[in-house]
Amino acid sequence: MKEQLAKIKSEALAAFGAVASPAALDELRVKYLGKKGELTAVLKQMGRLTPEERPAMGALANDVRAALEKAIETAGHKLESAALEARLKAEALDVTVPGKTPKTGHKHPMYVALDEIKDVFVGMGFTVLDGPEVEKAELNFDRLNAEEGHPSRDWSDTFYFDEDSRVMLRSQTSPMQVRAMDSMPLPIRIIAPGRVYRKDEVDATHSPMFHQVEGMVIDKGVTMADLKGTLNTVVEQLYGAGAKTRFRPHHFPFTEPSCEMDVQCHKCGGAGCPTCKGEGWIELLGAGMIHPNVLRMAGIDPEEWSGWAFGMGLERTAMRRFKIADLRLIFENDVRFLEQF
Amino acid sequence: MNLSRKWLNEFVEIDAGDRELAEAMTLSGSKVELTHDMGEEISNVVVGRILSMERHENSDHMWVCQLDVGQEEPVQIVTGAWNIHEGDLVPVALHKSTLPGGKKIEKGKLRGVLSNGMLCSLKELGLDERDFPYGVITAAALLNDYHPINPDKPSIPADIKPGDKVFGPVVCAGVANVSPAGDGKWECTLIRTEDDGPCATTLVTDCQNLHKWDLVAYNEKTNTICTLADLHAEQKEFPHCIPDGIFVLQEDCKPGDDIRAVTGLDDHVVEFEITPNRPDCLSVIGLAREAAATFNKPCRFHEPEVKGGGEGVLPELLDVETPDPELCPRYTARMVRNVKIGPSPKWMRERLRAMGVRPINNIVDITNYVMLEYGQPMHAFDYRYVKGGKIVVRRARDGEEITTLDGNVRKLTSNMLVIADDTRAVGLAGIMGGLNSEIVEDTVDVVFESANFDGTTIRKTALALGMRTEASAKFEKGLDILNTLPAVNRACELVELLGAGQVLDGVIDILNYVPQPTRLKVEPDKINALLGTDVAENVMYTILQKLGFETTKERGMVKVPSWRGDVKEMADLAEEVARFYGYNNIPTTLMRGQTTLGGYPEEQRLEQKLGAVCRSCGYDEIITYSFISPTWYDKIGWEPSHPGRKSFKILNPLGEDTSIMRTTALPSMLDILARNYNYRNKDVRLYELGRVYLPGGEDGLAVESKMLTLGAYGEGFDFYNLKGAVEAVMRDIRAEDVHFEGPDGEYLPCSAYHPGRVASVWAGSDCVGVLGQIHPNVAKNFGVDGELYCAELSFDKLMIARGAGAEYVPLPRFPSVTRDIAVVCDEAVTVGALEKAIRKGARGLLKEVALFDIYRGKGIDEGKKSVAFNLVLRADDRSLTSEEADEDVKSILEALEKDCGAKLR
Repeated sequence: MKEQLAKIKSEALAAFGAVASPAALDELRVKYLGKKGELTAVLKQMGRLTPEERPAMGALANDVRAALEKAIETAGHKLESAALEARLKAEALDVTVPGKTPKTGHKHPMYVALDEIKDVFVGMGFTVLDGPEVEKAELNFDRLNAEEGHPSRDWSDTFYFDEDSRVMLRSQTSPMQVRAMDSMPLPIRIIAPGRVYRKDEVDATHSPMFHQVEGMVIDKGVTMADLKGTLNTVVEQLYGAGAKTRFRPHHFPFTEPSCEMDVQCHKCGGAGCPTCKGEGWIELLGAGMIHPNVLRMAGIDPEEWSGWAFGMGLERTAMRRFKIADLRLIFENDVRFLEQF
Repeated sequence: MNLSRKWLNEFVEIDAGDRELAEAMTLSGSKVELTHDMGEEISNVVVGRILSMERHENSDHMWVCQLDVGQEEPVQIVTGAWNIHEGDLVPVALHKSTLPGGKKIEKGKLRGVLSNGMLCSLKELGLDERDFPYGVITAAALLNDYHPINPDKPSIPADIKPGDKVFGPVVCAGVANVSPAGDGKWECTLIRTEDDGPCATTLVTDCQNLHKWDLVAYNEKTNTICTLADLHAEQKEFPHCIPDGIFVLQEDCKPGDDIRAVTGLDDHVVEFEITPNRPDCLSVIGLAREAAATFNKPCRFHEPEVKGGGEGVLPELLDVETPDPELCPRYTARMVRNVKIGPSPKWMRERLRAMGVRPINNIVDITNYVMLEYGQPMHAFDYRYVKGGKIVVRRARDGEEITTLDGNVRKLTSNMLVIADDTRAVGLAGIMGGLNSEIVEDTVDVVFESANFDGTTIRKTALALGMRTEASAKFEKGLDILNTLPAVNRACELVELLGAGQVLDGVIDILNYVPQPTRLKVEPDKINALLGTDVAENVMYTILQKLGFETTKERGMVKVPSWRGDVKEMADLAEEVARFYGYNNIPTTLMRGQTTLGGYPEEQRLEQKLGAVCRSCGYDEIITYSFISPTWYDKIGWEPSHPGRKSFKILNPLGEDTSIMRTTALPSMLDILARNYNYRNKDVRLYELGRVYLPGGEDGLAVESKMLTLGAYGEGFDFYNLKGAVEAVMRDIRAEDVHFEGPDGEYLPCSAYHPGRVASVWAGSDCVGVLGQIHPNVAKNFGVDGELYCAELSFDKLMIARGAGAEYVPLPRFPSVTRDIAVVCDEAVTVGALEKAIRKGARGLLKEVALFDIYRGKGIDEGKKSVAFNLVLRADDRSLTSEEADEDVKSILEALEKDCGAKLR
């Protein structure tokens, strides 16, 4: 009997080790451990043993059963992992097939550029204002020290709605300076982006409607050095830390001293190239210290308060930012253009 | 403003290169746009003298010339031009030379004969007859160049010979000899045969294309050689007798001289952008002052000296009245007699040309020269047309007419200022002279006017008449009233220098108001406080002094120069200091003072939110013009009486297409959809957050409301895709009680949409907007034959519809029961109505209703449909039993049947 058990054990273990499918494994299990299995058959002979032999033989039989059960389990695991491996192999994908991207929309490149600018100023404590485009000439011109007779007031330059040239399409975002002075408590730090209108025919660099961002600071002891420092910081945020700027004298009726700010040409690094028309610099914005007349007209004492303001064209900034060569693309709204940004 | 560097150097020696000059001037406030080297494109072109000319052996129209070009050996050049003669000085483009337009000249063979370059015309040098009036070419009709239009019927026989009659008094004559007669004219001896034998005539002619052996048409009656015009001939009949040819120089030059120097093309011209506050810089002297201050160089200005002594007494000859003194603060005039009109000398013409002014004649050129040099517009009248010897500067009479120098008749109003004589206007003050007193060839006595007019009047007049001139552009900015006298004296000095006439002694000078020089206090502390600098007081004074500010006895005060009307207070002085201290030397500091809290107002935050949700739905952002064409209202099918047509109308639009402020953003969206459709872009989805401009705002302004407009088209895109996007928007802003109403609902009919595929969008009792398919006719109006979908949502209403911020609702603790039901109902019953009935019938356990199928066809009667919903039922405090759920569903089905006639399928 002992020999029988040993034979079953060795045969069974060999068979389990070589089994190839779960069905075959089950067959083997029945063959050895089933009710009519070989091991059961052997155990049935236990009755024939002497009581002295029984415990030892019983223990041996249990050992064999345990060994067989363990071997079945192991073989089962082996089969399972082989099956899984085969399945995974069959499920392999061509990962170079394009993904299924959900279609999302795109922000207009001009507003991409504008949002960058807004974020920089908001971070510096500026509030973003919005105002009317159909504007009073009084705010667009008179209150900004552009007196009767200023050439920009001509009907050849500005769009008007009445014969008395009283109501117009704002030609600049600067009336927002006046609106801010009239409505906000001092000190003031605002930017005001928006649409402006001038009587320019459409071409690669002109449009009768375009966008500006106005900015203004009024506080005690504000200097032109502050203007330079703040605008330099903005330029560094927009164009990177190495961006070089320069300030040139200019003229605006509502600032004195006035300046224009250039940024060094990104393309040639200042050596002069077609992008910067050989100058090495690209005009970025106009600025200056708020003209004392403008402060006085708003009831602000220029002896006590001072301020600076700037205005920048947004289209040109966006065009430079994205290397767009023709302004007409901005307003054409071809999706093949829009979806590049 | 253009500036000749040669002219500039007369007043201040600047040896900086063009780029250095441009940079330095730009940084001190006179922005240089560009610098132009006038002779940049010309190289290796010299003066040549024609030594000999021979007819080309293989050509009927070319000449082989030998030229002295200042080298040891003569140079041979072949030319097709007929206007040259032996002894002429001509521009020669030598082998390996360049000409304007990138033209390169090399030696080569012309019909077998070597040509070592090219003789140049004015045009080939980049010049024209205005630069060199004597360069005009008059061509005789040479009978030996006659090519009949119809070879069978020639007007002139091929074998015509001297003495043969051409027509009337015109006979054929042979050229026996041609020699220069000075002034670009030629003395020509003609031979013809009369009855009694050969007969020679000598005459002087303008025609330059005559050479020995040529046959000409000679008019015996007028004793002239006929041109093409005289023969009423066409150019093609005389192909080589053209009014074009080589530029024959009448300059003081010799063979070998560089043509650039001879023609004044050796100058460099700097183009400045002068800001309107600095009219003083619209002059050579003004810019010389700025350049001198910029480069720290002395200026050499000179006081005009007039010898005078002309015959007559000025006050007896001329009387000036200024009845409107406020419009004419100053009027200065001088008179010149025995004027000899002719071209001005080359140096003057060159300077005018460099500054972009066309030379005309010596007197007119002098007025232009002085205007450029002093910045003071001048005018010259022919004295004989100043009737009564009287000049009256007065307002025009309403309806009065004047023909200006440009030949146009101008109708005037009493707001305009004229220069008149006793009887009529002879000039439009400060804008343009009158044709009736123009300087002409036989002008003898001239009046020079140098006046100061009211800028606003000049500007308005120029604008009203649409004639902005160099002079008016200057006057309208306000000129230095003290400049009129030196300018008129300078003009007279130039008359004497040019020998153009005799200047009378004395000046008529009417000064209607005496300008008080501006005196300003220099406050170094305040200037430094404004600039954020630490500029020393003496540095400030040095800067101001070199700009012409005079220090006065009173300490701390300066006198502003008369030409600096723009300097009025401390801030202006600060700018002068800053300009020459250097803007780039001002330190950079960060903002000080009270910190402010930056941020976006709520409207802008909603704008950002709306943009983000639109983009997440796949919509691209667009920007369209605020002004549209009124015809767009027709295109979207608005009735003529539609209230939305009431728009802000631009009185001076660029064109009809951009003439009114839109009251709807829909046509702008349709325009862009159509454009993309035409570009064959597939699956387009767009949004715009833009304004509309409605009448009725405060102070006559507009009510500028924003609209969120969506637009889309594409394969498979339908009403429900668009509705889904609108629902996403409403959900994103957490709007409550959002519902949609079909065309039968309470909704303003909108002709732009498909009548059966349009809905209004509601948040509670507020209509937020409309969405739907665009009416096929409207789409067609925009050139689209497919389906377009649009939604228009009011930003203001979206602002109101915004729901409260999110608040956590506990997650369900008990399982829910789901039930699917399908009911059959009439086609006319809407899903909305069914849903309403379901919610009504539910007994408090229903949590969600979701449509999952609509079926029509087999098994369902005609005119009916089967609608299937998925219901989710749940109690918050217990697990539902199946029975409880069934009871609710039963109640729901009852409601469906009762309210909608819908039966369980």
